[in-house]
Amino acid sequence: MARMDLRNIAKRYGPVEVMRNIDLAIEDGEFIVLVGPSGCGKSTLLRMIAGLEPISEGEFLIDGQRMNEVAPRDRDIAMVFQSYALYPHMDVARNMGFSMEIRGADAGEKQSKVAEAARTLGLTALTKRLPKALSGGQRQRVAMGRAIVRDPKAFLFDEPLSNLDAALRVEMRLEIARLHQRLKATMVYVTHDQVEALTLADRIVVLDSGNIQQVGTPLELYERPANRFVAQFIGSPTMNVLDVTPAEGGITLRNGTTIGFSPAVPAAIPAVAQLGIRPEHLDIADPDGASMVGVADVVEHLGSDTNIYVQVEGIGPLMLRQHGHLPLRPNERIGLTIPADRMHLFDAEGIALR
Amino acid sequence: MNPALTTGKYLAIAGYVGFAMFPLFWLLKIAVTPDKLVFTEGTALWPSAMTLDNFRRVLTQTDFLSYFTNSLIVSLSTAAVTTMIAAAAGYAFSRFHFRGKPVIIAVMLVTQMFPLLMIIAPIYSIIAKLGLLNSLSSLIIVYTAFNIPFATFLMQSFFDGIPGDLEEAAMIDGCSRFQALRKVIFPLTLPGLGATLGFVFTAAWSELLFALMLISSNDTMTFPVGLLTFVSKFSVDWGQMMAAGVMALVPSCLFFLFIQRYLVQGLTSGAVKG
Repeated sequence: MARMDLRNIAKRYGPVEVMRNIDLAIEDGEFIVLVGPSGCGKSTLLRMIAGLEPISEGEFLIDGQRMNEVAPRDRDIAMVFQSYALYPHMDVARNMGFSMEIRGADAGEKQSKVAEAARTLGLTALTKRLPKALSGGQRQRVAMGRAIVRDPKAFLFDEPLSNLDAALRVEMRLEIARLHQRLKATMVYVTHDQVEALTLADRIVVLDSGNIQQVGTPLELYERPANRFVAQFIGSPTMNVLDVTPAEGGITLRNGTTIGFSPAVPAAIPAVAQLGIRPEHLDIADPDGASMVGVADVVEHLGSDTNIYVQVEGIGPLMLRQHGHLPLRPNERIGLTIPADRMHLFDAEGIALR
Repeated sequence: MNPALTTGKYLAIAGYVGFAMFPLFWLLKIAVTPDKLVFTEGTALWPSAMTLDNFRRVLTQTDFLSYFTNSLIVSLSTAAVTTMIAAAAGYAFSRFHFRGKPVIIAVMLVTQMFPLLMIIAPIYSIIAKLGLLNSLSSLIIVYTAFNIPFATFLMQSFFDGIPGDLEEAAMIDGCSRFQALRKVIFPLTLPGLGATLGFVFTAAWSELLFALMLISSNDTMTFPVGLLTFVSKFSVDWGQMMAAGVMALVPSCLFFLFIQRYLVQGLTSGAVKG
């Protein structure tokens, strides 16, 4: 059980600054997901927490103790790597019990802990196998088992599911969620997959080019993104963004339609602004009298949902997602309306207007 | 696969093996040929009579055993010292970034570019001033120095083939860097160590040039130099020379037999890494 504090952390490689001003407090038992595109610094941040990368500036504390200079092995954390990093020359049982072996733990105690972890993860039949004789999912379980046996203050996960196929990924995701519920340990999880982030996290930290963009619960990020980057990163399919100009009591789209605000009027709208609307929040309307009219370009029938790419007159392509099956064919004319309470507005820098 | 292709493939391999092994076969053939038949049946594939006399005489009437022991001492020491240093250096090159690393690597490469002949005289003078002429340690030092660059690159490629995640996982599991090296990395490097040991051992075992220059006393002669003593002013004792050669092959063969399990694995993984 651990509380972690990251205070004004920066990371530099020589003169190149790759992360700056990272401030984050991770509560005891919290499941934090670091998410962002490739190269945003999420793995680097995790490695600084683990002690595998030196911290260039700022302070990192576990339970109030400064950790900057503490070696990884003394931080009392466990990490699950993307590559699993199982020791190829040790069988499953020894892999899982390695941390206790190093600490010189009692053999009987080690055996019972390994056996227990193997049982929870369904690995009991495999304990004598070498990693090369295991499937990807089994290796993933062994890596988790190793972390469990380590019995650490906190668990770190570095994109643990990205080497698995889709079905297995869902299964292991569930497995990790259960693990967190059972152990109630602090967990920091790095992924580029927003579905993993949204399903697992207590709080999500969205990173882009070395900066924290927003920290919040999955729902907060979805409903009140702090900026356009977060708005477009969280949610699938990606949020539509349109250029708009201010108008009396509302905004004007590029096709000339004005949408009034209801109920709340945000602060003054700058001359250059953008409107964000999620595909699932666009409404279909009768082409006559709709605020936007377009032609269905491509229609994807997913069964539970229908995705429609619409070429909107005077605006350009928009994506629309409707629940259930929509009997729509390509090149069909379609009207769209934007519900005023579902709009997100951003200024020229992409900061949300509220 | 097409049976004709398979047959062709095996024929090609057999042809190559025959070509490569023929000198060894000839060595063995001459070694068991009685002296009086060497010239009369010179081109026959197998002599009409066989004898082990040559072996007996080499062992009892020459200093072969002493040469052999000297070679063994020099080769084993060189292999051990070189591999130890190369492993440490290769690990550092593979895992750490430090100032001057590219320069050191470049200098090591440069040392491989010059023909050894060029530096025989300076080496001789250095060894002479150190008072190490006619000593086995002079050979060990020189061979070690020559073999370290290549052995280091070899070891580095083996370490490069071991993912850094493994060490980091071990360090998070509670190892110091050295413990991680010993418990996780070292066992995985055994093929690399085997290949390097084998390579350096053979190089030292068959080295003639420096052994010839630095050793003149019969007591400290290594086997390749000793072999030359079978060449006298007026004749060459072919039978004994070949018998000595056959016996000199034994340690190399044993050594490779011992490490070949690691070697096959090792050479391929090294090859992929290039």
